[in-house]
Amino acid sequence: MYDFEYHKPGAIDDAVKALGADAEAKALAGGMTFIPVLKQRLAKPSAVVDLAGLGLTGIRREGNALVIKAMTTHREVAMSSEVASAIPALATLAGNIGDRQVRYRGTIGGSLANNDPSACYPSAVLALGATIVTSRRRIAAADYFQGMFTTALEPDELITEVSFPIPEKAAYAKFPNPASRYAMVGVFVAKTAEGARVAVTGAGNDGVFRHAAMEAALDQSFTADALKDVTTPESLMNGDIHAGTAYRAHLVGVMARRAVMACK
Amino acid sequence: MAQINLTVNGKAAHAEVESRTLLVELLRDHLHLTGTHVGCDTSQCGACVVSVDGKSVKSCTMLAVQAEGAQVITIEGLAAADGTLHPMQEMFREHHGLQCGFCTPGMVMSGIDLVESHPDGLTEQQIREGLEGNICRCTGYHNIVKAIAAAWPLMHDKQMPQAAE
Ligand SMILES: Cc1cc2nc3c(=O)[nH]c(=O)nc-3n(C[C@H](O)[C@H](O)[C@H](O)COP(=O)(O)OP(=O)(O)OC[C@H]3O[C@@H](n4cnc5c(N)ncnc54)[C@H](O)[C@@H]3O)c2cc1C
Ligand code: FES
Ligand code: FES
Repeated sequence: MYDFEYHKPGAIDDAVKALGADAEAKALAGGMTFIPVLKQRLAKPSAVVDLAGLGLTGIRREGNALVIKAMTTHREVAMSSEVASAIPALATLAGNIGDRQVRYRGTIGGSLANNDPSACYPSAVLALGATIVTSRRRIAAADYFQGMFTTALEPDELITEVSFPIPEKAAYAKFPNPASRYAMVGVFVAKTAEGARVAVTGAGNDGVFRHAAMEAALDQSFTADALKDVTTPESLMNGDIHAGTAYRAHLVGVMARRAVMACK
Repeated sequence: MAQINLTVNGKAAHAEVESRTLLVELLRDHLHLTGTHVGCDTSQCGACVVSVDGKSVKSCTMLAVQAEGAQVITIEGLAAADGTLHPMQEMFREHHGLQCGFCTPGMVMSGIDLVESHPDGLTEQQIREGLEGNICRCTGYHNIVKAIAAAWPLMHDKQMPQAAE
């Protein structure tokens, strides 16, 4: 690992300033992605700005939305009674990310800032039409994700919290990679005020995406059966050593039907 | 260089480290506590698991500077001063929960976290899922699962509830 300067500011403004003043500075949340990247020398930041001192943890209900602050860990989301009563699918999703040790440290903000194409949270954010609240603005989910590892965030912009509109019902089904636990295919299905929503992670060759054909079918009838004849174009799929494009396209259908059946 | 102060196994510890020093490097190279192992560079094997402020963490995926002021417990901190093993260690011995022993420090630390965070009972399924972050290339896990289940009544000083078995 290359060496860097370590800062642990106590206020969001100071963290933003530290990132703005130095183009090579990077934020550190739970470190579950960033530290492995540093260890492999895939990044060489001049400074690391630890977000742990900013008071960015907590979960609250705000009208018809569930608001989760950026530094809230996967474990906290999984164990929260607030989450379990408002959006149980989100608690299940968080409780199946990686392993126990990853969940004790990894955060929702870090996962969304990273936008790994096989990460779990992006599918929930996109399907539920959540809003990413940052140090300077509010970004709609549809504008936030911009392809693999790419988001609308500026280098000196921090996610502070995420606001999820509470759906009628929802579920997440994931086929984990047996070694890494990341989603080989993950599908988040929700019945929202705007209609059915299906977001797919792990499978797409350009990151998380909404499955319009499945949404249309579920708007007709919100049942697993309605998805029986809906196919997923192989040309949209990612193929790698873990699974080819045809296999992933097939898994998208299987996971989507399981998610519909698990909706609550 | 950063000066850091923390508590390791109940004793105050101080070290001067680079910002890039990992917690596991602090433990092994600076404090000479080599019981905590490093088995991978992808944060997947769990040989490095220690307890930081009561949470089970992979010390290979945390910077030493992030542990400033923390209470850290490693495998060396489990046995009593007179050498009496922690019930989890004793049950690993009793149930032959190790072969080469490389994964064992992490397994024992994860096992303790699992038992402590399930005061109402712990099923075999929960133990197996709870060990997803710990890889063992020798045992096939079966005896590790048995050892953790056997440590539960000893650590909670009561019988495992029927429903949880
Ligand atoms: C073994 C293993 C298994 C895993 N399995 C899964 C899985 O099954 N599903 C899954 O979804 N994920 C998985 N992960 C990833 C895990 O969820 C990480 O916690 C997450 O991707 C990154 O969050 P973090 O808090 O650790 O962020 P960090 O690693 O600290 O940061 C990641 C990136 O985000 C930036 N960043 C962090 N916080 C903010 C913020 N608030 N605002 C702006 N930028 C920010 C950082 O600068 C960095 O570039 C796994 C990780 C490991 C090691
Ligand atoms: S050394 Fe493998 S997870 Fe830490
Ligand atoms: S006993 Fe050898 S790796 Fe587990």
